[in-house]
Amino acid sequence: MRLDQVKLNHFAVIKQVSGKMKRRLYDLGFLPGEMVQCVLVSPFLDPKAYMVRNSLIALRNCDARDIEVQDEED
Amino acid sequence: MKKIKVALIGTPNVGKSTIYNQLTHHHEHTGNWSGKTVGVSYGECVFQDICYCFYDLPGTYSLNSKSKEEMVATDFIVFEDFDVAVVVCDATNLEKGIKLVLQTKEICKNVLVCVNLIDEAVKKGISIDKELLEKRLDSSVIFTSAKNKKGLTDLLLAIKNSIDHDYLVIDYGLLNPYLDKIIKKIKTKRFNSRFIALKILENNSYYMKKFNEVGIMFKEYPIYIDVHLEVALKIAKKTKEVLDGVVVKECFKSDFLERKIDRFLTSKIWGIPIMLALLFLCFYLTIIGANYPSSFLFSFFASFESPITNFLVSLSFPSFLVSLIVDGIYKTLYWVVSVMLPPMLIFFPMFTFLENLGVLPRIAFNMDRAFSKCKACGKQALTMCMGIGCNAVGVTGARIIDSKRERIIATLTNVFMPCNGKFPSLIAIITIFFVGLNQEYGSLFCAGIITIFLFLGILLTFLVSFILSKTILKGEPSHFTLELPPYRMPKILDTIIYSVKNRALFVLGRAVSVAIPAGIILWVIANTQIQGISILAYLVQFLDPVGFALGLDGVILLALLLGFPANEIVVPIMLMGYLSTNTLIEMDNLEALRNILVSNGWTIKTALCFITLFLYRFPCSTTLLTIYKETKSKFYTVLSVLIPLSIGVILCLVINFV
Repeated sequence: MRLDQVKLNHFAVIKQVSGKMKRRLYDLGFLPGEMVQCVLVSPFLDPKAYMVRNSLIALRNCDARDIEVQDEED
Repeated sequence: MKKIKVALIGTPNVGKSTIYNQLTHHHEHTGNWSGKTVGVSYGECVFQDICYCFYDLPGTYSLNSKSKEEMVATDFIVFEDFDVAVVVCDATNLEKGIKLVLQTKEICKNVLVCVNLIDEAVKKGISIDKELLEKRLDSSVIFTSAKNKKGLTDLLLAIKNSIDHDYLVIDYGLLNPYLDKIIKKIKTKRFNSRFIALKILENNSYYMKKFNEVGIMFKEYPIYIDVHLEVALKIAKKTKEVLDGVVVKECFKSDFLERKIDRFLTSKIWGIPIMLALLFLCFYLTIIGANYPSSFLFSFFASFESPITNFLVSLSFPSFLVSLIVDGIYKTLYWVVSVMLPPMLIFFPMFTFLENLGVLPRIAFNMDRAFSKCKACGKQALTMCMGIGCNAVGVTGARIIDSKRERIIATLTNVFMPCNGKFPSLIAIITIFFVGLNQEYGSLFCAGIITIFLFLGILLTFLVSFILSKTILKGEPSHFTLELPPYRMPKILDTIIYSVKNRALFVLGRAVSVAIPAGIILWVIANTQIQGISILAYLVQFLDPVGFALGLDGVILLALLLGFPANEIVVPIMLMGYLSTNTLIEMDNLEALRNILVSNGWTIKTALCFITLFLYRFPCSTTLLTIYKETKSKFYTVLSVLIPLSIGVILCLVINFV
């Protein structure tokens, strides 16, 4: 599952990060093993904001797609 | 006097600039969003016979970042010569800051940790064990609350007493054997060879080149490990070890409220209307608030006219010089001041308040989708907001956008946001022709109409951004990451002082400096006569045909052209042309203004054409200069004139002939 598919308020654990933005995402705290929560969805459904390690970070869906996660709600 | 050079670094939104401002009284503008500090600011502070020289670096999430702005911080830390590095951390989110502390301690020997926003942390039920943190980090830790001026003396004393420690050695797991091998080959006393080795493993071409320049030679060292991931993971691990048991959080109450506000501000139904309503409110308050002080300033300055004239005459100045100074320079000057100052004094503090509160990043978040459709960046919404204050500020603010392509799009389209200087004239014309004089809810309607024009400006921004990114500025949108910081209640008085000092007076200063030459030019063309007719009249005659084609006339066109230095003198110049006087005419009486305009053939159509061309013509001289400085390209500067001008002209033609 990809991060952009995580439903509002759901938690997920990051498995792997790929793509060009990898380093930036690592810096922001999107690291394998971390717990993230989808917290906000903007009026046009993209971007969404995720709570990761106590910071609220907005990502576009196309970028969130680079983050592979395991949904914790299942 | 002994000097200590101090580098201030920190993640965005930790109040680093506030600390810097409090210490240096330099009053660098602070705001609650990433990338507020652009470039390095420098300020000094003298305390107990020691001069502390502060370098305020742009906020950065890490010291191995790629973005242009964050690189400024890393470059400074690595290559500049300073004594102490102070890493400012957010007490409410210590982890982010500690990550940066660890990275800094790999590069510098003398590192202090400043935990700011400690009051807020206490409010949120977070407690931090200072002694344990100091022990774990092997660095002094200082608690501050810069907003409330707490702990700053402690910080200065700690800087004075700070001493060198060994470089921090982080266990990089898989990378350790490679690092050890490379370190043996690097000979340097100035840098930490372990840090250089890390950059080599990262295959960081930027730093490899930089280190080559300072005479450190080495070869590439390719390995088949994701070095960035390994580094990020190990730093995160070390951070957790450091903070284990240091931070105790008791409740999550305030977060809950914050999320509720966020949900509301970014909701599907309310998100966009609220944003527009906020802007409407700002305009409305500006309109009703600025009226009275404006006319007061006007009569106040006007009352000095005859004393100054008498004084100059008594010094036996020639009469043309007296007229040039009083009617040309002084009048234009006080005109600009009294028309501009009151709206700015109201609008800028309100805007700064929203900014410090943390609302602007939410606006960017709401709007990003529309920008990404135009292949632009959501942060452009922030520069647009700044453009409403002043286009020149908006253009400078475009530096927060990482990709050059998107930055130029934001720069070229900023002029579609009507700046503060256009408001007074807009309000006057709209009131006369669209709302009607002496209406009960006149200012409300007026603010509404301005909001509509603003909305059109936003649509135009999208349209032009889209066309630009399909034509001369082709490319995919770069990535968009934006932190939505916690809401922070700004101090009202500080907000007012800062915004008046940094924004209002700054913009006013620039306007005044262009108003003086403009006043001289105006006076000369209005008072120089060839065969009994002034140059002004000749110019009007010459421009009449073009003016009529655009639904205007020669006088309006001339005023729009001569108003190039400052938008606020357009309407006054127009009146000067209509009344064939040789000095600017007062505009405080709307009834009189209406009579002049109507007797010169103005209709609703003329008013609409005027507003259109007034809004979309070209950036004022200050903005244009700023665009040239920022883009360093004549092409883009010319383009920034041609795009709005052609749109304005086309719209006028359409209005006139349909």
